[in-house]
Amino acid sequence: MRTKFFILLAVFGLASSAMLVTAARPAGGTITGKVTFTGTPPKMKPIDMSKEPYCQKLHNPPIKTQDVEAGPGDTLEDAVVFISAGDQGSSSASTPVRYDQKGCQYIPHVAVMMVDQPLQIYNDDPNAHNIHPLPKVNAEWNKSQPPGAPPIDTKWDKPEFISVKCNIHPWMHGYFVVLKTSHYGVTGADGTFTIKDVPPGKYTLTAWQEHMGTQTQEVTVSGGAATANFTFKAMPY
Amino acid sequence: MALSKKITRSLMFAAFGVALATPFAARGQDTGAHVNGLTGNVEAGKQDYRRWCVGCHGKEGNGEGENAPYVDPRPRDFTEALFRWRSTPTGTLPTDQDLYDTITRGVVDTLMPTWRPLTPQTRVDLVAYIKTFSPKWQTQKAGTPITIPPEPPQTIDSVLHGRQLFDQMQCWKCHGPEGRGDGPSAITLTDDKGEPIRPYNFHDGTRFRCGETNQDLYKIFMTGLDGSPMPSFADSLKPQDAWDLVHFLRTLQPYVQSESRTVWLDYVKTHQGQIKPIGAESAGQ
Repeated sequence: MRTKFFILLAVFGLASSAMLVTAARPAGGTITGKVTFTGTPPKMKPIDMSKEPYCQKLHNPPIKTQDVEAGPGDTLEDAVVFISAGDQGSSSASTPVRYDQKGCQYIPHVAVMMVDQPLQIYNDDPNAHNIHPLPKVNAEWNKSQPPGAPPIDTKWDKPEFISVKCNIHPWMHGYFVVLKTSHYGVTGADGTFTIKDVPPGKYTLTAWQEHMGTQTQEVTVSGGAATANFTFKAMPY
Repeated sequence: MALSKKITRSLMFAAFGVALATPFAARGQDTGAHVNGLTGNVEAGKQDYRRWCVGCHGKEGNGEGENAPYVDPRPRDFTEALFRWRSTPTGTLPTDQDLYDTITRGVVDTLMPTWRPLTPQTRVDLVAYIKTFSPKWQTQKAGTPITIPPEPPQTIDSVLHGRQLFDQMQCWKCHGPEGRGDGPSAITLTDDKGEPIRPYNFHDGTRFRCGETNQDLYKIFMTGLDGSPMPSFADSLKPQDAWDLVHFLRTLQPYVQSESRTVWLDYVKTHQGQIKPIGAESAGQ
């Protein structure tokens, strides 16, 4: 009976490891929730890409800036929710995180990775980009990546929210979120996030959104599912 | 008796331990600088800094000195430990020699003068003191200087290949098709502090802020100017390519005598109408 359970668990672990950064832990709970805002967020402006004709043609109508990606029901996309205290240990992640420069846009806009997790930066455009992360704690660098260049392999050795920009295309802006924990979720277009395989215990959850800042709350996981919703106060500027 | 002997012995051990540990502790905190056999003294550097540098770079080394509001480009903020003119790869700290060279050379086109009148020892002391402003100097080591292979001859083939690279690497996006610093992205460039910054205009300038030799020019794009929009091309250019690019860039400088420019001008005379303008392919997209 017990053996069967463990076999089942192992199968589940294998199946889910493709989606997760770390393999499943036994008896893990799940934290789900929604990140929303109240008030009026700043208006996102259409991006003028006329300096790069190739990219301009790709985006018709023009894409908008992504500082606040509000969805229906005042939800927030690309907010990162993670365990900031009480983490009972996270194994390191070895699956590379892929970061694309495509159509003069960073995809994903916010890339979350663990400390020392490999990060691969690709240029999929027929024009040159320069990748210029602006960390304060980690070491800052600035590299050119002409069209057809191999991906840049790198990693960050300290946890930090790192703003990334391209100087050639000043509208290109994204974030590397480097975390100590493997327990994190990124909100989708509907503002929801899921943090899987959280062992039972008391945790501090932090939600981060590039424009709104951070919020924390306590959450208790007791085997099953736990819920944590975050509401940011938006200002129009 | 035996007890007091024991105490004396342990006291002696403790004293010996302290004596032994002190220089190590001091060394642990010592961010010291070593250039050309000279060792910088932080305390002496502090005195000299307060005399010569504080006006612009500020007491805290954050570039917010009394004169800073009137200085453009702004004085360097040493608390970030982010330096443009290095011999080390992008993302690494400069060597003591790099900092010493910047102090010695001064920064052309800015309010930072040459400090050659100060003795070498004073300049090394200043390097030692500058390194106390950021904790990065305690936790990170200076990068390993890049290797610059010997310069190949300045031939027309080298210049033409360099020109092709200038086009491919899209240097012209900022520096302009003719190297006049007027590329399409030039106007929006800012440094890390958000201050507007201009790409180098090869037509006006005879010197670079990091020096004036071909080796200095090679270093600029193989290390990048950290803190500015200028990236490192070390991942995309082979050393030979980099030298070709150096040779082409020299053809853009009318006020600098170079073999590259001579062979280029000869080539232009005999190939009128056959030279494809830079950036033409991208404009047609």
